[in-house]
Amino acid sequence: MTLPFEPVVLRTDALIYLLLAGLLVLGRYIRRREHLHPPWRRLARSRPAMISLVVLSAYAAIGLLDSLHYRPLLNHVNGASAPVYSARVLSVFDALVTPLRRRVETTYSAPFAAYSYAKVTRHLPGGQTVRMFPRLKYGGAFLKHPAAEAWPDIMATTARALIPAIWLWAGLAAAIAAGLARRERRRFIAVGREIWRNQRAVPWRAILLTVGVLLLFAFPAAALSVKYHILGTDKVGQDVFYLALKSIRTGLVIGTLTTMVMLPLALLLGITAGYFRGWVDDAIQYLYTTLNSIPGVLLIVAAVLMMQVYMGKNPALFDTVAVRADMRLLFLCIILGMTSWTGLCRLLRGETLKLREMEYIQAAEAFGVHRWRILTRHILPNVMHIVLITVVMDFSGLVLAEAVLSYVGVGVDPSMQSWGNMINSARLEMAREPMVWWQLAAAFLFMFGLVLPANLFADALRDAFDPRIGPQR
Amino acid sequence: MIAYITRRALYAIPILIGVNLLTFALFFMVNTPDDMARIHLGVKRVTPAAIIAWKRENGYDKPLLWNAAAHGAAKLTDTIFFEKSASMFVFRFGRSDDGRDIGRDIRTRMWPSLAIALPVFVVGLAVNITFALLLVFFRSTYLDFWGVVLCVAMMSISSLFYIIAGQYLVGKMWRLVPISGYAGGLEAVKFVMLPVAIGIISGIGSGTRWYRTIFLEEIAKDYVRTARAKGLSELRVLFCHVLKNGMIPILTGAVVVIPLLFMGSLIMESFFGIPGLGSYTIDAIHSQDFAVVRAMVFLGSVLYIAGLVLTDISYTLVDPRIRLA
Repeated sequence: MTLPFEPVVLRTDALIYLLLAGLLVLGRYIRRREHLHPPWRRLARSRPAMISLVVLSAYAAIGLLDSLHYRPLLNHVNGASAPVYSARVLSVFDALVTPLRRRVETTYSAPFAAYSYAKVTRHLPGGQTVRMFPRLKYGGAFLKHPAAEAWPDIMATTARALIPAIWLWAGLAAAIAAGLARRERRRFIAVGREIWRNQRAVPWRAILLTVGVLLLFAFPAAALSVKYHILGTDKVGQDVFYLALKSIRTGLVIGTLTTMVMLPLALLLGITAGYFRGWVDDAIQYLYTTLNSIPGVLLIVAAVLMMQVYMGKNPALFDTVAVRADMRLLFLCIILGMTSWTGLCRLLRGETLKLREMEYIQAAEAFGVHRWRILTRHILPNVMHIVLITVVMDFSGLVLAEAVLSYVGVGVDPSMQSWGNMINSARLEMAREPMVWWQLAAAFLFMFGLVLPANLFADALRDAFDPRIGPQR
Repeated sequence: MIAYITRRALYAIPILIGVNLLTFALFFMVNTPDDMARIHLGVKRVTPAAIIAWKRENGYDKPLLWNAAAHGAAKLTDTIFFEKSASMFVFRFGRSDDGRDIGRDIRTRMWPSLAIALPVFVVGLAVNITFALLLVFFRSTYLDFWGVVLCVAMMSISSLFYIIAGQYLVGKMWRLVPISGYAGGLEAVKFVMLPVAIGIISGIGSGTRWYRTIFLEEIAKDYVRTARAKGLSELRVLFCHVLKNGMIPILTGAVVVIPLLFMGSLIMESFFGIPGLGSYTIDAIHSQDFAVVRAMVFLGSVLYIAGLVLTDISYTLVDPRIRLA
């Protein structure tokens, strides 16, 4: 039997699956232990946190769909007995937005434009030549008179797309209200009224409103993007909306995997330094002071330069472009992680120093509990809030750092879609008249849309988990 | 005090040795002198003889760490590590790939870097602290709430956006200042103005929010209540008493970066074409001039450690209870 596709698991994909599995296990673990619930409950009651969570989930959903990779079957290979799969690695997300991916123009075009950005010379049948803006192959190609018809068509398409959006939203709201009503064994109407009047502990009204706003944007965008290039096209004619959506995965991978990569190291070294003290502490302190004293950007630059040299010397290790780009992304995560674990390590060491003098640890020592058991059972769970806060706080900074690093030339692979690469390529077109602004605008907007909720969520999480702030606020 | 500084300087030595070894490992173990020769000679002219000639010309024809062929102390000193890496301890940075003296380049290029970084630092600090104190003055009002929201929004915007938007608006549309470039002397002011303004604005979000949390922690303390009970105005309490007592956490974050101001900013300088150390580093990265990058990494570490010592000294200036011994 031949599958119509061959699944491909890139290295970062595997790590993302691992991360998801870890989150699920952690969720189950916390769910079963009542004493771990209060901070999460505080988080669930924070309105900014829940609104941010909705937006972040939307980003995460796209990122996850974009992490299920496969190679499609080539059906026109003659005389091959075994099925032949394409060398191009696609993702489920690519398959969903095939029209966006396939409709490539020749060069720049403005958002919603029907004409190209650049003039070309055309030969008329009479032997004359004219300089004109050619019509786009796909963007608004069905319009006879773009100048007159475009806006009415855009309006009509938007209006038509809003109807299913509103229905979906209403259905979702009803489902949530019904679910809550069932769990609390109350009447649907009563629960619905509470949500409407914002009387519930969890801010369901704000959550539903956020979902509504997202749907009101998403549906028209989807409907319009099939007819037009809603964010224009780039230098080689690719749809900028598609590029911006594809960049989401890159941003998320850098934001999450970087901290995941460094986490085991920081945890192990931080806790052991604080607990054992003596020469172990000295050695670990020396290690992180040394790493810390090299300015971060420069260390990243040096490491990435060396990685490029290494990858250039061993091209055989990376067979396809996708694998190569993926390896480079993973290396970048590791390098960023290696330079940023020192802060967390220092925090963990300090906290462990404090914890080891607590009475319950002394009691465990007096009972003869083994050291590693004390470390894993008594100290590790009590520093986890620091880990959680640090991981979430670091996320937004890493997403922003990607853009800067790509600008410096030590970021992700140029063949990989990322906001940094989009900004970098658009920057060269700043001087053109009229300005090519849509690529920059799209990259900055999508980045802002991810980083702002991430920052708000991180703040709420810190407020909920930091024992110094306490539950009264 | 002097004994303390001497001791700190001695502590710095093992750390700098670590940095030195680390950069050496990064740059020479992965990228051997043979590879460097190949890159520089270009693909066409690579012959074993040419590689050896290039290595001799540039001083890379020695063993990496241990020269078994030499005698006595030369076993250690007649190596690439000693000549290229350890020599940085006395600030001999050697030559860049195009044959220029790196030490001299650094000395001439640090002034333009400083011309941008110093005003950004000083004015930015003043602006951030003032805004933070004003937010604290209006605490738990709508002004405070929206001020913090604005700060979070401002720190969520990529620094590249501020630069590109600033260049476009001020430089291109309004034509107030030249878009990029640099000149010596007083002429420099018009080139420096825009980068400085952008540097300050892009730092307001995170800076203001950070100082606000510091001041909010201070304001719950007893001395503030005493000052209010004496009948001092709230503004006086904030700008005199709270500011003074908040100096320790402020200095912790601020003084450490003072020596690093010499290094300039990679992004800002390359966008505005300022011939400082930041753009020097960027150019070296683009042309894969590892000698320069190595020198900058080492210099950065030295300056960072100097910053840490300065921080400790600055504590004694603002808090008489702290004595360094």
